[in-house]
Amino acid sequence: MRLRVALAERVASLLVLLVAWEAASRWAHSRLFPGPEAVLATLADEAAHGGLVHDLGATLARVAVAFTLAMVIGTVLGIAMARSRAIDTLLDSGVVLLLNLPALVIAVLLYIWLGLTEAAAIGAVTLSKLPTVVVTLREGARTLDRDLADMARSFDLGIWRTLRHVTLPQLAPFFLVASRTGLALIWKIVLVVELLGRPDGIGYAIQVFFQLFDVRRLIAYALAFVAVVLAVEWGVLQPLERRLARWRR
Amino acid sequence: MAPVTVAITVAIDEKRYSGRAGAGPVTALRGLHARIGPSEFCVVTGPSGCGKTTLLNIIAGLDRDFSGTLSFAPSDGDRPRIGYVFQSPRLLPWRTVRENVALVQPHRAELAVLERLLADVGMADMAGAYPVQLSGGMARRAALARAFAIAPDLLLMDEPFLSLDAAAADHLRSLLLRLVSTRPATVLFVTHDFGEAVTLADRILVLSPAPGRVMAEMPIALARTERGDPDTLSALRAELARLADHPIAAANTAKTAFPQRNG
Repeated sequence: MRLRVALAERVASLLVLLVAWEAASRWAHSRLFPGPEAVLATLADEAAHGGLVHDLGATLARVAVAFTLAMVIGTVLGIAMARSRAIDTLLDSGVVLLLNLPALVIAVLLYIWLGLTEAAAIGAVTLSKLPTVVVTLREGARTLDRDLADMARSFDLGIWRTLRHVTLPQLAPFFLVASRTGLALIWKIVLVVELLGRPDGIGYAIQVFFQLFDVRRLIAYALAFVAVVLAVEWGVLQPLERRLARWRR
Repeated sequence: MAPVTVAITVAIDEKRYSGRAGAGPVTALRGLHARIGPSEFCVVTGPSGCGKTTLLNIIAGLDRDFSGTLSFAPSDGDRPRIGYVFQSPRLLPWRTVRENVALVQPHRAELAVLERLLADVGMADMAGAYPVQLSGGMARRAALARAFAIAPDLLLMDEPFLSLDAAAADHLRSLLLRLVSTRPATVLFVTHDFGEAVTLADRILVLSPAPGRVMAEMPIALARTERGDPDTLSALRAELARLADHPIAAANTAKTAFPQRNG
C-alpha cells in the first residue's frame, strides 16, 4: 500500500517534470532546446544503432575500476592511520592536500605526466576519491569496540574470522557512507577526465556534441547516464544498506 | 573418554595500570598467589576495584602486561580452551544468536552440538533472533552457550548474572550448574554477591582491597544439593561475610565449621 502511494507520487513528479520540459521547449521553439519526445527518440536510436552502448560501457568500466581501487586502498590506509599514530602523522598532510586539490588539477597533472592514457584517467579519478574514503574509514576504525575485540581474542577467533565477523561489520556503515559520497563524486569527475583526454566514454561524447551543438544527443546521453546512476542507487546501494541494517531494531 | 580439565597456578607479583593523564599509576594486584584444581568451581570475591576482572583477563591471556607467572596443567600442547563469560554479554549485534554461538566453535560443522547446546540453555526458539531483540536474561543465556560451545577446559565468568532480577539470576545459576555437571570444566567465577558465592563454589577466594591479593579462602565441603535449604545457605553466607571482614580470625573457625573436603 505504502509502496503504491510512493510509486504514484514518483510518477506524478516525473509527469510534472516532463510537462514543464515540453512547455519550455515549445516556448523556446529552437533546435537548441528539444522537447522530451525528440530526445527520447534520439535516445532509443542511439541505444540501438549509435555509440551510446560503447561509450556508456567505457565510462562504467572506468568508474568500476576507480571506485574499487579507491575503496580498497582508502580502507586499508584509513584503518592503518586509525591504528597507528605514526602512520597517521606521516600521511595526514598528504590526505589533507588531496582532499583540497581540485579534481581538474589532478587530472591535468596526471595527463601531463603519464600521457593521455587509460592509467592516467583512472588514476585521476581514483586519487580524487581516495582522501574521502581514507578520512571516513579512519573515523570508523577509531570507534571500534574494544570489548568485542577482547571477546574475539579470548575465543581465539584468529585474524580472518575477527575481521569478517567482528571488525568489518562495525566498519560497514562507514564503508557505505564512503561508497555513497564517493560514487556521487566519481560520476562527476569521470566525465571531466574523459572530456580532457579519452577517445571514448560519455564525457568524450558530450564534448563532441558540444562542438556540433547537437543538444538532442547531448541530453539523450546525459539521461542514459542518470538512469545508470539511479539504477546503481536503487539496485545496489539501497538494498545493501537495508541488508546491513537488518540487525538493528 | 575422560574429560580433561585444567588446573591453574597463578603467581602475580604485580600488575600495574599506567595512570591516565593527571593520575599516577595504579597497582591493581600485588602478591596474588592461587592454585585452582582441575574441575574445581572456584569463586573469587572481594570489594569492588580489587582487581577481580584484571585477574580474569590475565588468566584469559588478554592482559600480558604483568610481572609474575601463570601456568596451566596439563601443560602439554597449547593454551587450554577458555570460555569467557563477560560482565556484559558481548554478543555481536549483527549476528543472530545461532551465528554468535557457532562463530566460536573450533570445528564449524558441529551443528548437532550447537543445536543441543542452544536447546540446553533454553534458546532454541530464539536462535534466529538478533541480540537487540533479546531480554537481558536471554542475552546471558546466549553468552553462556557461546562459552560452552568451544567445549572449554576452563570457564572464566565475570559477574555474569549481574543486573538480572533475583529470579532470573537464580534460574541462570542452576542452568550453569547443570551445564557444568554434564560438560565438566574448571570454573573461575567472579562475584561480589556472597549469596551467589556460597551457592556455587567448591572454594571461595576472598581478595583484599586494591592492590588485590588472596587474603582468605573458604572451602565448602557440602555438596550443592545439601546447601539447598535457606538456613545452611545463610550460615555459609555469614561465615563468608565474617571471613571477608576479619580474614585471619575467621579462617580458623571456617576450617572447623566446614572441614576441607578430601582430594
